[in-house]
Amino acid sequence: MNRRDFLRRSAAMTALGMLPLGLGGWVWGGGGPGHARTKRLIVVFLRGAVDGLSVVAPYTDPLYFAARPRIALPKPGTDGGLIDLDGRFGLHPALERLVPLWKSGSLAFVHACGSPDPTRSHFDAQDYMESGLPGRKGTVDGWMNRLLSVLPAPHGPTQAVSFGPTIPRILEGHMAVSNMALERNAAKLIPVDRPRIGRAFDALYSGRDALSVAYQQGQEARQTLLDDLDQVNEERQMADHGAPSPVGFGKDTDQLARMLALDPSIKLAFLALGGWDTHINQGAQLANHLRPLAEGLTGLVQGLGDAFADTTILVMSEFGRTFRENGDAGTDHGHGNVMWVLGGNVQGGKVYGTWPGLGDDQLYQKRDLAVTTDFRTVVGSVLTGHLGLMTPQLARVLPGMPPADSSLAGLIRPTKTS
Amino acid sequence: MTRRILSLGLIGTLVLGAPAIAKPPPVSTPKPAKTVDPHEGDRRIIHALNRLTFGPRPGDFTMVASMGLERYIDAQLHPETIPMPPELDHKLKGYEALTLSSGELWLKTAPPETRKGQQPDPEAQRRSREQMHQTFEQTVEARLLEDLESPRQLEAVMVDFWFNHFNLYFDKGPVQLWLGSFEEQAIRPYALGRFRDLLGAVARHPAMLFYLDNFQNAAGGINENYARELMELHTLGVDGGYSQADVTSLAHVLTGWGFRRPGAYQPDGFSYFFNFRRHDFADKTLLGKQIPGAGEGEVELALDMLARHPSTAHHLAYKLAQYFVADDPPEGLVKRLAKRYLDTDGDIREVLTTLFRSGEFWSGQAYRAKFKTPNQYLLSVLRAAGVHEVPRDYVERNLTELGQPLYGCLTPDGYKNTQEAWLSPDAMMRRVSLAVTIGRGRLPMAGAMGPAPVDPGALATTLGHVLSPDLDHAVSAAPEDLRAALILGSPDFMRR
Repeated sequence: MNRRDFLRRSAAMTALGMLPLGLGGWVWGGGGPGHARTKRLIVVFLRGAVDGLSVVAPYTDPLYFAARPRIALPKPGTDGGLIDLDGRFGLHPALERLVPLWKSGSLAFVHACGSPDPTRSHFDAQDYMESGLPGRKGTVDGWMNRLLSVLPAPHGPTQAVSFGPTIPRILEGHMAVSNMALERNAAKLIPVDRPRIGRAFDALYSGRDALSVAYQQGQEARQTLLDDLDQVNEERQMADHGAPSPVGFGKDTDQLARMLALDPSIKLAFLALGGWDTHINQGAQLANHLRPLAEGLTGLVQGLGDAFADTTILVMSEFGRTFRENGDAGTDHGHGNVMWVLGGNVQGGKVYGTWPGLGDDQLYQKRDLAVTTDFRTVVGSVLTGHLGLMTPQLARVLPGMPPADSSLAGLIRPTKTS
Repeated sequence: MTRRILSLGLIGTLVLGAPAIAKPPPVSTPKPAKTVDPHEGDRRIIHALNRLTFGPRPGDFTMVASMGLERYIDAQLHPETIPMPPELDHKLKGYEALTLSSGELWLKTAPPETRKGQQPDPEAQRRSREQMHQTFEQTVEARLLEDLESPRQLEAVMVDFWFNHFNLYFDKGPVQLWLGSFEEQAIRPYALGRFRDLLGAVARHPAMLFYLDNFQNAAGGINENYARELMELHTLGVDGGYSQADVTSLAHVLTGWGFRRPGAYQPDGFSYFFNFRRHDFADKTLLGKQIPGAGEGEVELALDMLARHPSTAHHLAYKLAQYFVADDPPEGLVKRLAKRYLDTDGDIREVLTTLFRSGEFWSGQAYRAKFKTPNQYLLSVLRAAGVHEVPRDYVERNLTELGQPLYGCLTPDGYKNTQEAWLSPDAMMRRVSLAVTIGRGRLPMAGAMGPAPVDPGALATTLGHVLSPDLDHAVSAAPEDLRAALILGSPDFMRR
């Protein structure tokens, strides 16, 4: 806590009703024990449409192999083959690192899941999945931002954090959110982070008008996140003894995990990962993207430590890909996909959902895996089961969401009230 | 000259809250210089520059002061009377992204066709993608050049306004190839003209036909996308009094309205084309009126109806008033603008003339009332700092980080221009940082000397010496090297 303007930060936080409590432990003033039971949701968005039929492959159906002569993954037990999950589905071998989570029951999949909207446009489909209102263009805010507004106060600007250069659609809206671009193993600093410059502007934005309030929240969020990151890196340097740092997505999740473990004010987090639009030569390309994703997710779980018990991680993608491989040993834009759910109170080790089958008449428009579970019902199950939302709150976050069907029953273990 | 400016100040004060002035006094009439606030006139010049342009450039304030505010506004309303600097004109005409038609652009960049079953040549595909990207880069560069340098600033502002009104997203199919052509050929010529002409040009442009899918709309295979947005966003407005039946009906009117498919035997692929074979010739009812099945003419009739509809007048009047006056525009003004629109058969120049002569536009409440969008903010910083070289990468990266990449609005409703849409903690941090980078002369320039640090005294002159007292105070208390940055990152400058 020796960094930057400790006084400035602590003054800002006290002003917002928070009190500093020693190293790394910040609790809400008068808000009860925040640290121990901060319920969290982390969303990892795979932009570009990951091929769900390779992530969790229906290897017991001969149609799968017939439709994908060049890219079907070999059966479990063969060289480079799938990892059997439940005697029916197999996990992509590049996701091997996730097997312990599956076995311990912390990882579940919901198959044939997706958006009810038929679009095969990346941008429309991502937009709908982030706004939470499929088919409704021009929705102004994202569902994670609406979620913030129904979570208990106080609402600090570091309550929701996105790692990336911009605020993603899913977090846009009325509630203050923050984002932090990372480079190498540190935050990407911008001029206003320098104390001399910050001080000069502080004088201009010291009022209670809208611009000043936004400025002050921005300063507070950056100072908090930068301090968190500093501390994370100091601790890691001591712990690692010079071991190589993670790179790529693993680096982001590693930073995120350590920050979450440190800072209970962060309740929602968002990460996006690209490179899934595998139209050509899908095999190696997909494996090379799945491997670091698995490493990042396991790193995140390990880094969270005890806090994983109170965390749910959703991995989603805008739509699935065509059932049949195309002329370039790739797949094109499709429909149904698989959604990944990880967490301390997930009843994992199970593939949830209703499997629609792969026969011509079972496919969506005779070409794609059908959607039998609306993605909103999975999100909804997490929001109610994990974050404790009541029906009216859920209706504000995901208006028009259909009721969850029985195929999702038990996905989230009911929270024990003590 | 001073007298002229002050007299305008007086007029502004007098008409506060009054109905629209029929005509401003002739330029030659001298008026007694009586006003309480000696800076009122200066503020009016800054107000006009903030709203009619992308922000004052060095020298603009003095120029307007010497030619007179009314003459300046009048000239801006008639961009054809303002000569383009030959060098700028030459540069802009060199951009094929702007000068070629959609079909020509396609022919230049399309990958060679492959026969059925033949593998496409990956090298040729790569070249095609690269060329497509280069065309997009040209479009961005041209837009920046125009916005930063063009003396026809109101035209540039209106192109931005109408582009947003008829928004396209660059990353849908080949749309990025045609953005320059769309802007230059379908929007700019009509940006201050008749709305009906603008609507017609946009409706025929392949970029719009592709973006909103009407090229797929055919009898027996209806696609309602364009029909719906045409009423909801482009004309009547969401509460404009149409029903789902009208959407369906308009979609049927629009069947066959598309472009020629590209192909080996199709030299004019991707140019507007009405395919009567795909058209539904049944009679239709739209907004309670009969449209007899007649082919292409049905669309013209429908566009006439929509352009002349009172809901369209209100919708456009509201959007213009929101853009130029206040986030929540005064209802009386919106009504007068809508009436002017209907009285002049949708003449945009006439509507804007009414707007710029309105008491609401000049009222104290409107002064610095609009929080700049990221694009407006960045352009105004670059303009005030006197930056001429277009640092395209820097601009693109910063606009992306601020959430408003050029041509990057996903949805057809375009970017908003309200404070509610853009003010956020993160936005403030980034804007202030951007002000520091540019104010201190730290723009990253590839292989060249970047612009020098901005001189705070010169900047104050550019901005008409009308900074608020708080800012004046903070600036004089700040270290010399941060003064220009403070002005550019101040609340005064975040607003227009």
